[in-house]
Amino acid sequence: MQTLDALTSDARALANGEVVMSAPETEVARQLQICNACRYCEGFCAMFPAMTRRLEFGKADIHYLANLCHNCGACLHACQYAPPHEFAVNVPQAMAQVRGQTYADYAWPPALGALYKRNGLTLSLALAAGLSLFLLLALQMNGTLWSGQLAGNFYNVFPHNLLVSLFAPVFLFAALALALGVRRFWRDITPATSGTALTPPAAGEATHDVLRLKYLDGGHGEGCNNEDDAFTLSRRRAHHLTFYGFMLCFAATSLATVYHYVFGWAAPYDLPSLPKILGAVGGVSLLLGTAGLFKLNMQRHPMHGDAAQKPMDLGFMALLFFTSLSGLALWAGRGSVALPALLAIHLGVVMALFATLPYGKFAHGIFRTAALLRFAVEKRQPNPIGVGSE
Amino acid sequence: MTTQASTKQPDVLVIGGGNAALCAALMAAEAGATVLMLEAAPREWRGGNSGHTRNLRCMHEAPQDVLVEAYPEEEYWQDLLKVTGGITNEKLARLVIRASSTCRDWMRKHGVHFQPPLSGALHVARTNAFFMGGGKALVNAYYRSAEKHGVQIRYNAPVDKLDIQDGRFVAAYVGEERITAKTCVLAAGGFESNREWLREAWGQNERGEWPADNFLIRGTQFNQGVLLKHMLAHGADRIGDPTQAHMVAIDARAPLYDGGICTRIDCVSLGVVVNRDGQRFYDEGEDFWPKRYAIWGRLVAQQPGQIGYSIIDAKAIGRFMPPVFPGVQANTLPELAHKLGLPVDTFMQTLNNYNHACRTGTFDHTRLDDCHTEGVSPAKTHWARPIDTGPFYGYALRPGITFTYLGLKTDETAAVRFNDVPSDNLFVAGEMMSGNVLGKGYTAGVGMSIGTAFGRIAGTQAAKAALTIKEATHANA
Repeated sequence: MQTLDALTSDARALANGEVVMSAPETEVARQLQICNACRYCEGFCAMFPAMTRRLEFGKADIHYLANLCHNCGACLHACQYAPPHEFAVNVPQAMAQVRGQTYADYAWPPALGALYKRNGLTLSLALAAGLSLFLLLALQMNGTLWSGQLAGNFYNVFPHNLLVSLFAPVFLFAALALALGVRRFWRDITPATSGTALTPPAAGEATHDVLRLKYLDGGHGEGCNNEDDAFTLSRRRAHHLTFYGFMLCFAATSLATVYHYVFGWAAPYDLPSLPKILGAVGGVSLLLGTAGLFKLNMQRHPMHGDAAQKPMDLGFMALLFFTSLSGLALWAGRGSVALPALLAIHLGVVMALFATLPYGKFAHGIFRTAALLRFAVEKRQPNPIGVGSE
Repeated sequence: MTTQASTKQPDVLVIGGGNAALCAALMAAEAGATVLMLEAAPREWRGGNSGHTRNLRCMHEAPQDVLVEAYPEEEYWQDLLKVTGGITNEKLARLVIRASSTCRDWMRKHGVHFQPPLSGALHVARTNAFFMGGGKALVNAYYRSAEKHGVQIRYNAPVDKLDIQDGRFVAAYVGEERITAKTCVLAAGGFESNREWLREAWGQNERGEWPADNFLIRGTQFNQGVLLKHMLAHGADRIGDPTQAHMVAIDARAPLYDGGICTRIDCVSLGVVVNRDGQRFYDEGEDFWPKRYAIWGRLVAQQPGQIGYSIIDAKAIGRFMPPVFPGVQANTLPELAHKLGLPVDTFMQTLNNYNHACRTGTFDHTRLDDCHTEGVSPAKTHWARPIDTGPFYGYALRPGITFTYLGLKTDETAAVRFNDVPSDNLFVAGEMMSGNVLGKGYTAGVGMSIGTAFGRIAGTQAAKAALTIKEATHANA
């Protein structure tokens, strides 16, 4: 809670056009002042080397650094100033709180940033709405959710053009909202990260670090922390299964779109067609990955990250899990009487996922990638602070 | 791996929970002994001062993974000789130096990771291997490995006395609880956290002050020296002077305990240091800061009120590791003196004299440059530039004690000695015997070299002695 004095001084600062720091930002600045005087954790990740290029931490620096942090936990367990020390340094937690704020602050349109605050509720409502929409639609159009008359063809339940008209706007809106959000973030952090433009080598390195999840390797390759001070690669692996599973499913859908419009080959595709192989492998991978992440998240050390964001994290994992599960169920039950119900459920879940992409955990990948791109640019510039050379 | 019942007597009892104790416990367990470790602190404060360390001074004849160039035995020995002013045991010092060249693979095996030196510490890239994540990460790794090796660990278990008969360890007491073992390693730290003992050791100075009352303790609050005092009172051979310690000048605002690395003030050589009376008292530019930081604790301890003030101007900003607390800032020197509570006239006289005495050549903080003073006492022999560019900054300094050197005399077997006779089942490692190597002074990373070398020796010897006793018992049975 802010005191009246703090509120008064904030109001005065605002009136004078000064930058007002939020409580989580102020806490990050306080902790980084301690970290910058210690620097024992410099080998773990990108955040600490980036910190050493600064003596003071402004709002843009803090948002940039917070999004570089992968919440791996290594610096917390190694910290001589972690609670119960009176300095109470917990970088992963402080950074997570600022990240939560980043996502909300940079959401587009800004009013929808509030959806991050009660993300569990947001996701549940989106899911309920998505399911209701397609179940009702199926009933309305076919008069039943249970029918053997549809010959295993989705488009007999929902015409292709109807699906496109429902999903395309939602997907395009999600992409636009994320792009506008991250563009504003990029513009804000660029001056704070040398101002230099992105170069191909920097882009290459950042892409590599994103795709390999380099900063969950602990800096030594044994992995990050989960429930205690021991290192584990399981989080990194589960995330890989999730990410690449998602990308394979996405590739399957994109390829199917090409098949449909370019070659005029209508779905459904069956094995061994490429969309089916991609979808099947991706779906299983996504199922395993999200189940693994969910389990690891439940076992996480209570001091890691921001407890208030657990519903968002778990909700997103659950949504991805059910997207995959309902997709695989649909494949399995395609020839059965349950086809309309299975299809409606799958489409409802996918719709909820798409609609909430710009207002949920998915944003972490976008903002962290932006921060890593800026890090790759910044590290190629001479260090503005001369300490390192002496 | 062996897991022993808590009721069964262990072969080896290790008293302490820091680096030396862990090295001893791991070596003893690897040698096949059952080990019980007693750590005085609760789990969240385990590891003693080791949690605040960050590197190991290592001898190496050629580049080795994170270590560049070479740091041969002779150079290491000469460095040690210089900082200790010859108050060292050459045989034991060389043993530590040689051990430092071979211990890192063993450390890695137990989960310690090394990394190239941190930014701001490149000057020790040749001599020191840095622990990734610092000392607490090392301590965590050793505890995990100790648990895997079946070492039984008890926290909140401070030992206050031992039962020693004819120079042989019989039992240790945690309060009323009597714990027996075949052999024992003492690695429970110095007495730096015991403010009463420090007060007594440093006594009263000519100004009637008790200097130690103004000391801050950089590390753990658990090194009360209870066991050390007990051993010295019960005839163990002693080594070292109780006022000698690893002492640096740290930010006066640091907490009483556990301020650790971040409270150090690294801008001394970039400006001047005055005492409470506004006067300079030592050559701030005598040598590179890493070679001088360890003398400033004592220098400040000798000043009135045991306080000093490091004064810099805007030219120094960004050239030293950023301090944890912001400096006192002012646009003029008199204003700075006023804000720091220093006598303005004397302070200005000191600063004006210094500024006029500066013979500025080519400033270069990376070498012993030609910027020096002429005609002031004490002189500043390098990096002397007038303090004339606002804003000005001041940092109050206090003596910060890292660890004390008074300890138990030992030999290359790490045995505790009584009347110059080595005990055959009681060993010592770490701060409790560091005075054998460090009579005074300090050089970065050597504390961990001593703790690692003697911890490993003590563990090996304790296991060997315990297993010999075991065999003898079996043979007699």
